[in-house]
Amino acid sequence: MPRSKNDKLQGTLTLLILRTLESRGPLHGYGLCEHIHSVSEDLLQVEEGSLYPALHRMDQDGWISSKWEITDKGRKARVYSITPRGKKQLAEEQENWERLTRGVSRVLRYT
Amino acid sequence: MPWYSRWRNVFRSEQLSNEIDDELQHHLAQSVDDLVASGMSEAEAWRVARRRLGNYSVQKERTRDMDISAWLDSVRADLVYGVRQWKASPGFAAVAILSLALGIGANTAIFELVNALRIRALPVRNPGELVALDFEKGDTRPGSWESDVAVATYSEWKAIQAQQQAFSGMVAWSWSRFNLSPGGQPRFANSLYVSGDYFHVLGVHTIAGRPLTPEDDSATCSPSAVISYSWWQSEYAGSSDALTRSISLNGLSIPIVGVTPASFFGLEVGRSFDIAVPLCMDALLSSDHRGRLADPAGWWLSVIGRLKPGWTLPRAVAHLHAISPGVMQATLPPSYTPKTAKGYLANRLTAREASNGISGLRSNYGTPLWLLMAATGLIVLIACANLANLLLARATAREPEIAVRLAIGASRGRLIRQLLSESLLLAVAGTVAGALLAEMLSRALIALISPPDGSLFVDVHPDLNVLLYSAGLSVLTCALFGLAPALRASYLSPVAAMRGGGRSVTSGRERFNMRRALVVTQVALSLVLLFGASLFVGTYRNLLSTDLGFQANGMMIANIGLEKMHAPEERRPRTYRELRDRFAAVPGAVSVARVAFTPISGSSWNGMVAADNGIADGSGNLAFFNVISPGYFSTMETRLIAGRDFDEHDRVGSPKVAIVNEAFAAKLFAGKNPIGHRFRTAADAGRAEPSYEIVGLVANARYREVREDFRPTAYFPVDQDEHPGDQTVFLIRMGGSPNRLTAGMIAAAAATNPLIGIELRPFSDQMRDSLLRESLMATLSGGLGFLAVTLAALGLYGVIAYMIGRRANEIGVRIALGADRGQVIRLVLREAAVLLIIGTAAGIPFALWAGKTATTLLFGLSSRDAASLLGAAALLAIIGLIASYIPARRAGGLDPAEALRSA
Repeated sequence: MPRSKNDKLQGTLTLLILRTLESRGPLHGYGLCEHIHSVSEDLLQVEEGSLYPALHRMDQDGWISSKWEITDKGRKARVYSITPRGKKQLAEEQENWERLTRGVSRVLRYT
Repeated sequence: MPWYSRWRNVFRSEQLSNEIDDELQHHLAQSVDDLVASGMSEAEAWRVARRRLGNYSVQKERTRDMDISAWLDSVRADLVYGVRQWKASPGFAAVAILSLALGIGANTAIFELVNALRIRALPVRNPGELVALDFEKGDTRPGSWESDVAVATYSEWKAIQAQQQAFSGMVAWSWSRFNLSPGGQPRFANSLYVSGDYFHVLGVHTIAGRPLTPEDDSATCSPSAVISYSWWQSEYAGSSDALTRSISLNGLSIPIVGVTPASFFGLEVGRSFDIAVPLCMDALLSSDHRGRLADPAGWWLSVIGRLKPGWTLPRAVAHLHAISPGVMQATLPPSYTPKTAKGYLANRLTAREASNGISGLRSNYGTPLWLLMAATGLIVLIACANLANLLLARATAREPEIAVRLAIGASRGRLIRQLLSESLLLAVAGTVAGALLAEMLSRALIALISPPDGSLFVDVHPDLNVLLYSAGLSVLTCALFGLAPALRASYLSPVAAMRGGGRSVTSGRERFNMRRALVVTQVALSLVLLFGASLFVGTYRNLLSTDLGFQANGMMIANIGLEKMHAPEERRPRTYRELRDRFAAVPGAVSVARVAFTPISGSSWNGMVAADNGIADGSGNLAFFNVISPGYFSTMETRLIAGRDFDEHDRVGSPKVAIVNEAFAAKLFAGKNPIGHRFRTAADAGRAEPSYEIVGLVANARYREVREDFRPTAYFPVDQDEHPGDQTVFLIRMGGSPNRLTAGMIAAAAATNPLIGIELRPFSDQMRDSLLRESLMATLSGGLGFLAVTLAALGLYGVIAYMIGRRANEIGVRIALGADRGQVIRLVLREAAVLLIIGTAAGIPFALWAGKTATTLLFGLSSRDAASLLGAAALLAIIGLIASYIPARRAGGLDPAEALRSA
């Protein structure tokens, strides 16, 4: 079974998706983009080309689940929500990320 | 379950693709909505949204890759591609699958027989604990023998049971046939005499009623029978009131107490039973009410024991060795002379593994089955060589395609996998077709070796063994014919291959040599099979034309039984005489004679003899005996060389006389005229050896079977038999059609007494039964040889046609320069002849070696028979040249301009 490669950028995207789904509840792909974009106050722009492969990989890995819904605008959309396994993964990735940023900022603060 | 959903998605790829489309379309639509809301024109908004998403198809592909098991998807794609390839050339696929199916089908059919006879475990509880008892080789125990699997007398069975410690339980049984008809033509039921706890020890339960118990098999012996499932179905339509019915036999009413499960056929592979009764009933059913239970020299029981927990076979054998002296001492037949008794006491018991039962078929059909298995294996190899050849040709045709794939980055592994999946498809299709064929073939085979009385039973249903075998066979064949072409194709250098479309033949030459090597292999293997076939056909022909010493055609055998009449001994001769007179009067009967042992029926009677006044016991001169009526030799058309035939003056009380054959005279009297001499035969302990005066000398005749040397034989007159039995055989020389005679004989027997049993069969049937194995080997090896040659001819044709294709421009040039048609054809045929000669030469050592393994099955020719070898080689050469002549003629007709232009 292919394990997700946890290189930095990919790992970040996973983290962002999991965190967003945890805080905002079920969302479709476009909603995820918009949320990350607006919450980060335009600092983070999700590369749309990477979003869907990432979502499908996470779905297959069982971190998120998906179902088809009809939106307010009457469109068919695939809506993702976080699973218990996804929550565990999120905690892990969050910790990794914090350790990384702590480490990086310590190195940067060193004079 | 990620793997599950990824696997599933492989098979719903269209739906998956639609879902991804829907999702991406939704994303774009949302994007556009927001952009339009911010004031962009709709057309502009679409452009921007698309740009942001990036390349749509790449997106879709990458997303799909996440949802799918990549390797499974590629396997699926390979298989779909493979099917499409075969669909594009259905003729090729049909030939490939058919040749594989024939090879695999024949091979699997033989394996099913081997499996049923030797491998499959008995349908009883823990068959691994069962061991069969036997005597160590070199045993001394003369007496009467019920069958080739009989091991023990009744007293031995009792003594072994009493003295052994190795087994938690033991069973004894004897196969027999009950004649259920009250008289006239017989109606047989296959029956088993079984020891009381037979079913208990084996762990076989009844599906209705109860099994037999030790109480049934006690000294008081109350008649009771357990019937088999199939007999229950055929006789009682599976009705439960069968348990209230009885079987009537010899005036005895035997109540049915139980029914065994359908899977249980007994412990003897090759036989099944309809009715099982306790051993003690042999006494009730015999005319003297003692039967074989009281015969200390009657071997009729087979014995199997179940090892106690913790006991191994070697330990059990050691134990049996240890108790043997005690068992022999307790069971010594009193009729033995001191010399024989000494030998008997030295006998030792042994045991061997019996989880797959015991079988008389194994010794008779053991070697033939392995030979047939090997022969069908060779057919599979030849078929594989053919396929490898065809695939190599296709690989050559596909070189440009493969080169392009390699050039744009396909890995060699991926390419090999793709080519192998195409081969695997063929192999699987061939195996499935072959398995279906095997079902029919194995049934046909059993029908071939079955005697007409239905006493042979071999259960050949395909089981796990057969399934594993054919699956293994299909993988093996795939590897054999698919691997080499796939490996070769993948090592192609793309540049060379793409150029190869032109006139460069450097890489093609090498591959072409491989194809020649394959054809040479096929020719060599075919020679082995053809040589084998001609040996077996020759054997059969020799046996058919061998001098039997009598005229087998135009004779009828009548087996007569008086047991239902319950006639006392002294009345029997009169009944037999009456029967003889009535038979002789039946229209179509030329002459009639009685005989105790029908020639070539397989049964025999022998003993020690000594010339004149010598002592027969221990003389070392073994002779065979038969008891005949006057007129026997004229009925058989055996030549009376000197002296006289028996006549009505030779009766009980008159001087004891005998007629001997030439082999007897040669052995006892060094070939001198024996008329007037006397000889003695060995007698039981305490009795005088009887002496006989020789009154006639006859030509040699086969005694037990067709394929034997003439045995020294002495004939005694039937009217000097002091204890005439209740069964006899009449031989009738026929003058007309057998049908008319048959009806007349049955009527004649009924007119004598309606209780007389009569069973008629032509003597030619007896011949057929005696030569069953040989005719089977001749038929099958002939068929396999034919198949091999056909496949090899196909292979040769393919290679020659291919060679002509490759050399078309050369041939074109030759024709343009003035070579005539004949020269071109000779050129091509020379090529074919070289392959044939190399193949034949390579095959000869293998053929001779294979012949040596079959030596014991041959008759009248040596395993190195030169004529057979030459014949096989010549036949192969002729068929090979015909197969090459077809493409050669086409080459001769090439239009040079056309050939040169297309090259």
